[in-house]
Amino acid sequence: MSAFLELTGITKKYGDTVVVDDVSIAIEKGETVCLLGPSGAGKSTVLRCINMLERIDNGRIVLDGEELGWRLHRGAMRELSGREEARQRQEIGMVFQSFNLFAHLTVLENVIEAPVGVLKRKKAEAIAEAHELLQQVGLDHKADAYPAQLSGGQQQRVAIARALAMHPKLMLFDEPTSALDPELVSDVLDAIKQLATTGITMVIVTHEIGFAREVSDRFVFMEAGRVVETGPSARLSVEAAENERTRGFLSKVL
Amino acid sequence: MSVHETDPALARHVPQRHVGRAVVAVVLVIALLWFVQGLAFNQALDWPTIFQYFFDFNVLAGLGRTLLITAVSIVVAVVLGALLATMRLSANPVLRALAWVYVWFFRSVPLLVLLVLTFNLSLLWPTIEIGIPFGGPTFVSMSTQDLINPLVAAIVTFSLQQAAYTSEVLRASIQSVPVGQREAAAALGMTGTRTMMRVVFPQAFRVALPPIANDTINLLKSTSLVAFIAVPDLMYSVQQIYSSNFRIIPLLIVATLWYMVVVSILSIGQYFVERKLRNSPVRAARIAATDDLDGLTAGGPLDAKKETAA
Repeated sequence: MSAFLELTGITKKYGDTVVVDDVSIAIEKGETVCLLGPSGAGKSTVLRCINMLERIDNGRIVLDGEELGWRLHRGAMRELSGREEARQRQEIGMVFQSFNLFAHLTVLENVIEAPVGVLKRKKAEAIAEAHELLQQVGLDHKADAYPAQLSGGQQQRVAIARALAMHPKLMLFDEPTSALDPELVSDVLDAIKQLATTGITMVIVTHEIGFAREVSDRFVFMEAGRVVETGPSARLSVEAAENERTRGFLSKVL
Repeated sequence: MSVHETDPALARHVPQRHVGRAVVAVVLVIALLWFVQGLAFNQALDWPTIFQYFFDFNVLAGLGRTLLITAVSIVVAVVLGALLATMRLSANPVLRALAWVYVWFFRSVPLLVLLVLTFNLSLLWPTIEIGIPFGGPTFVSMSTQDLINPLVAAIVTFSLQQAAYTSEVLRASIQSVPVGQREAAAALGMTGTRTMMRVVFPQAFRVALPPIANDTINLLKSTSLVAFIAVPDLMYSVQQIYSSNFRIIPLLIVATLWYMVVVSILSIGQYFVERKLRNSPVRAARIAATDDLDGLTAGGPLDAKKETAA
């Protein structure tokens, strides 16, 4: 029985530089997994590979039994068309470090853009649901504001609502609090914690070790493009970590 | 002598007197008045004739053609320019090269040379044919001379040349939309075309509007070159009138005033468009993004294939 999300031997190179080196990770349905590690370890790239924002050079990614981005045909993995990739991405929500809300649309328009435009849902339904999602992240009163009128923390919570509006099977968070002022971090982390209780499968790249220990079931520690250690998040302390390099990293950041 | 005059802490403060500024201003105002007086009482200016011809039928018809050439050319230029800009940003090297060659050619040839060249196109290709190339059958064949009358030559020339410039404006505008906007659209399952139509173009357009308005004003004035191929535009119409009545200056003033009126209207329009855009949340967002997030955006460069819509 294979896992819900299964990365097998994925490798990503830029020219001669190997940024992700033979990484295999298996994640069960409903699990929350944090990717940890120093800058340049390849954590964000792994996340972007799952969402096909980066093209993998080797290996495979299977989500819920479906091969992502490629199809085995006549002895080779053939890349899917843009349209097929777009369809697969509908099931994967992503939250970016720099929020990336559509600057020319209001908060509400940001949330309903893809449900109406891509999933062809009725506009009235999409609006009603958008209000619900915005309420969940505590921002329904900002529905008519433009992204530039919101703080970073508010923008990130809208970005979470926007991703959830597509009803994804899987949520990816790429350092969701790294671009935020310190006093705004907790609002975003609370929104993610609340989400974790709903049973959605999540992969989070983060530098917030305390948050990772609290919200995630397991951690994956990466360094120089490789997985160094993986284990239950309770083990995220200098004393409990098994690998020496994980301990070294934790002793610096904790 | 009171204490107020001897104590620096209490004395009245007198700012520096700018004598030089006042002198320059007075001299320039006198010079301007002298010039205006010389102009106003100059017999050659002949205000009655200016008024007589300002609303002359031929002048107004010429103005109409000037506006027609400008309007059609700018619309074609924006549409063709958008296509060229998309080609320039394409992952397909042949499309990229073709768009580059187009821009290179039409920016290299002077407008007047291009205008006369287009007008004389029939000398190069006597007929224009649609059919299978390299000796295949011909479906439609037209005489170039019939197809390209002076007005058509003018519109074709201005459209094609302006498209080269507009495509560069649009290319820069499209590139000014942060790559994160496209990634976010892709992550929501939007296809490349939808991403361009719904996310990239609406934002790029806001950036492109002021330079395009500027180009339109430039284009309007450049159309006076069509006098060289005898298109009866505003300039050519006044030329024809003064070549028969020899009132050269009054008629050139008529043309000048009309160009100024139209450019003023366009400038006012541009002012309002820019003011609206300056206050737009999109612009504010872009400024905020460059202030706070430069260098913080995650991940590596997008693969070339993701860069393009079509």
